[in-house]
Amino acid sequence: MYGILEKEKLAPNVIHFKIEAPAVARKARPGQFVILRVDEKGERIPMSLAGWDPARGTIDITFLVVGTSTRKLSLLNPGAGVLNVAGPFGRPAEVEHYGEVVCAAGCFGVGAILPVAAALKEKGNRVVAVMEGRSKAFLFWEDRLRAVSDELVVATGDGSLGRKGWANDVIADLVNAGRRIDRVIAVGCTFMMMECSKATRSHGIPTVVSLTPIMVDGTGMCGCCRVQVGGQTRFACVDGPEFDGHQVDWDLLISKQKSYLDEELRSLNLWERANWHKLMAR
Amino acid sequence: MAADRENGLAEEKETKKKKVVRYERVPMPKQEPEVRRRNFNEVAFGYTEALARDEADRCLQCKKRPCTEGCPVNVDIPEFIAAVKEGRFEEAVRILKRKNSLPGICGRVCPQEVQCESRCTLGRKGTPVAIGRLERFCADWALANRDRVESVEKAPPTGKRVAVVGSGPAGLTAASDLALLGHHVTIFEALHAAGGVLVYGIPEFRLPKHIVQAEVEYVRSLGVELVLDFVVGRAATVDELLAEYDAVFLGTGAGLPMFLNIPGENLNGIYSANEFLTRVNLMKAYLFPEYDTPVKVGRRVAVIGGGNVAMDASRCALRLGAEEVYIVYRRSRAEMPARLEEVENAEEEGVHFRFLTNPVRFIGDERDWVKAMECIEMELGEPDASGRRRPVPKPGSEFVMEVDTVIVSLGTTPNPLIAQTTPGLETTRRGTLVADEATGKTTKRRVWAGGDIVTGAATVISAMGAGRRASRSIDAFLRGLEDF
Ligand SMILES: Cc1cc2nc3c(=O)[nH]c(=O)nc-3n(C[C@H](O)[C@H](O)[C@H](O)COP(=O)(O)OP(=O)(O)OC[C@H]3O[C@@H](n4cnc5c(N)ncnc54)[C@H](O)[C@@H]3O)c2cc1C
Ligand SMILES: Cc1cc2nc3c(=O)[nH]c(=O)nc-3n(C[C@H](O)[C@H](O)[C@H](O)COP(=O)(O)OP(=O)(O)OC[C@H]3O[C@@H](n4cnc5c(N)ncnc54)[C@H](O)[C@@H]3O)c2cc1C
Ligand code: SF4
Ligand code: SF4
Ligand code: FES
Repeated sequence: MYGILEKEKLAPNVIHFKIEAPAVARKARPGQFVILRVDEKGERIPMSLAGWDPARGTIDITFLVVGTSTRKLSLLNPGAGVLNVAGPFGRPAEVEHYGEVVCAAGCFGVGAILPVAAALKEKGNRVVAVMEGRSKAFLFWEDRLRAVSDELVVATGDGSLGRKGWANDVIADLVNAGRRIDRVIAVGCTFMMMECSKATRSHGIPTVVSLTPIMVDGTGMCGCCRVQVGGQTRFACVDGPEFDGHQVDWDLLISKQKSYLDEELRSLNLWERANWHKLMAR
Repeated sequence: MAADRENGLAEEKETKKKKVVRYERVPMPKQEPEVRRRNFNEVAFGYTEALARDEADRCLQCKKRPCTEGCPVNVDIPEFIAAVKEGRFEEAVRILKRKNSLPGICGRVCPQEVQCESRCTLGRKGTPVAIGRLERFCADWALANRDRVESVEKAPPTGKRVAVVGSGPAGLTAASDLALLGHHVTIFEALHAAGGVLVYGIPEFRLPKHIVQAEVEYVRSLGVELVLDFVVGRAATVDELLAEYDAVFLGTGAGLPMFLNIPGENLNGIYSANEFLTRVNLMKAYLFPEYDTPVKVGRRVAVIGGGNVAMDASRCALRLGAEEVYIVYRRSRAEMPARLEEVENAEEEGVHFRFLTNPVRFIGDERDWVKAMECIEMELGEPDASGRRRPVPKPGSEFVMEVDTVIVSLGTTPNPLIAQTTPGLETTRRGTLVADEATGKTTKRRVWAGGDIVTGAATVISAMGAGRRASRSIDAFLRGLEDF
């Protein structure tokens, strides 16, 4: 059992956990993830590391509540724990001195990009953080992101805070304003990462994305996480999750992420029927 | 060898004048094919005490013990069978455990027809003694009568510490042997359950998971510490383990799936056998939605390959509701590496076989789901390095098979993680670790290895044998009797 030490609701559908996982905390690097299992009947689900503390032996995750597993997770409170946490998995993010780097994040990606932005800044890059959300209420941790960047630009879909629009619009603004950008890193939902890659493509700005295909083991054993990048098959859990956004076959990735949609809906339906009282109490 | 056996038979008949030789083995009760093809319960029920004693009675107790030679760990077969025959089951279990710490597993999954049973004198004229079934019977008896089997004696603590990486048959065997020899052992396992392929690969209907669980519990009862969710190479390197332990044994198996590398292979509905079986067995997708992990099986399923893994995948697909399941194999029936019993079981259950056929590309629908597979017919040419005749494509013989699920089961290679993160460990071209066969010593001091990580995908019993040999060498090293 891996104890939950802290829980914070960051947005209507995003939660932060601090979890005891000393083995992971000792070795974690920016851009890596863990695989966890809530309970005996649970799936193995990947979650990016939003932070870690080797001295205390803790890790941080921020997650978006989407289906059965993340709903189950959202009901846990400090004092309880998750059954399994393994990692750190994936290649660490590439962190070099590039110059001007845009770190674009949406929903759970705001947590996931924090350690990456911090490492980039430490390497002497000038970090421009871009945060997107459907509306003001869905934004969180602006302070934390500001602390690890040189500049923070916010965009909301409804214009309730910052620029009306999305992260890719902000990137387009920067490019149009003639700002020099040496590299873009986008972390968030697949659609957002695809749009950010599109925004930089014609300008030849190297763009890195952190892909989230469905996974099982996270160690290269099953091939479930395979993605097509530059016409080649890559396993996101060991070759990634970071890839060149201009080379990713986005259509295939999106269709693969939906491959269990029927089953997920069925599972969620059954689970909600059995657990509606817990959801009400939350 | 055939002639040898003929002579052996004559000889044994000669010495056992009074005994009637019974050529037919006692059948083992099984679920009927029409019933079992739709459930995940174990296919074979196993012998009862009476059936086991009756089958044991067929054994000729050959002086030359050819069967024992056929077993990779040299189980004392005539002795344990004699004990079964006389109803001394506790004794039979003890004899078995001298050489084989996992009889309940080997009795079920060993390819007996090419090992112990292939050498049985009775096999010349009739069917060999059902050694595997008797072994299984003994192990099941022991499980049901736990308190009647005396616990084994542990050597006094030596104060030495050994890290075992991987909890498959190689790791479990090395760990239990080393614990019995008095060393403190910690197993590090990447997954959330111990057992390796025994839990994530081989399905419930062939090897019930409570059997594996019982073996893991036994290993823990010897004082072995089990650390799950711990990937060596990620959470700690081998060098870091060496700083805390006196020796390290690597039993990490051959877990990386191979793909065909043909167009369309990343379409939806195309699984590696590893993924498919892991979902079904380890994650219990056959119990979805009670369990959270789903698996998707369509109406027409093609399983590419001809090994045990392909048989398991095809039979799982049937049980998950597929209407038609095809094994598509590029050689012919004779070259199939799967256990004979499983090929027969699959056939009885209604799996279809397409021999001398190989896929060349997958065709997707507008939503990127596989809808068909283009294949080419093959013929057998000259023998290749493995001694099997090499399949060559027949030009112009392409045809299209409609399928909505494909399970690619071409075999596996070792995960490169350990080799990549451990300076000084030499690997072969095939990605396996270089290790001495007799001792398991690798090219790195204080590091031993055994099982699939050294041999490439092989068998449970050979992995166990390697774990046992390495544990002897590790013990000798730790006692200062042997250098490394
Ligand atoms: C390397 C990696 C890191 C990740 N990091 C985070 C993180 O830090 N925070 C976070 O909230 N999520 C993260 N994810 C996604 C997260 O794993 C999924 O949201 C989760 O598995 C969904 O489980 P569920 O049972 O709640 O939903 P499901 O019922 O399984 O799915 C519900 C919906 O989510 C979609 N979905 C399913 N699996 C994924 C997936 N792997 N990625 C994206 N969409 C998916 C489905 O298409 C479906 O529409 C990460 C994924 C990967 C591969
Ligand atoms: C579907 C299937 C059916 C089979 N059927 C048969 C059969 O009928 N008869 C037979 O004799 N053989 C069969 N085999 C082969 C047999 O199971 C293997 O040869 C045997 O399990 C190998 O044992 P092992 O201990 O070397 O490795 P494995 O059983 O593969 O165990 C290795 C373990 O190490 C863990 N591991 C890997 N990397 C790390 C790491 N870095 N850190 C920590 N842990 C790690 C893995 O998670 C795994 O648990 C079958 C194999 C499969 C896949
Ligand atoms: S371990 Fe396997 S090969 Fe040896 S006797 Fe038992 S079933 Fe036969
Ligand atoms: S099992 Fe077969 S070979 Fe072995 S002793 Fe009995 S009859 Fe002889
Ligand atoms: S998740 Fe299984 S190989 Fe990547």
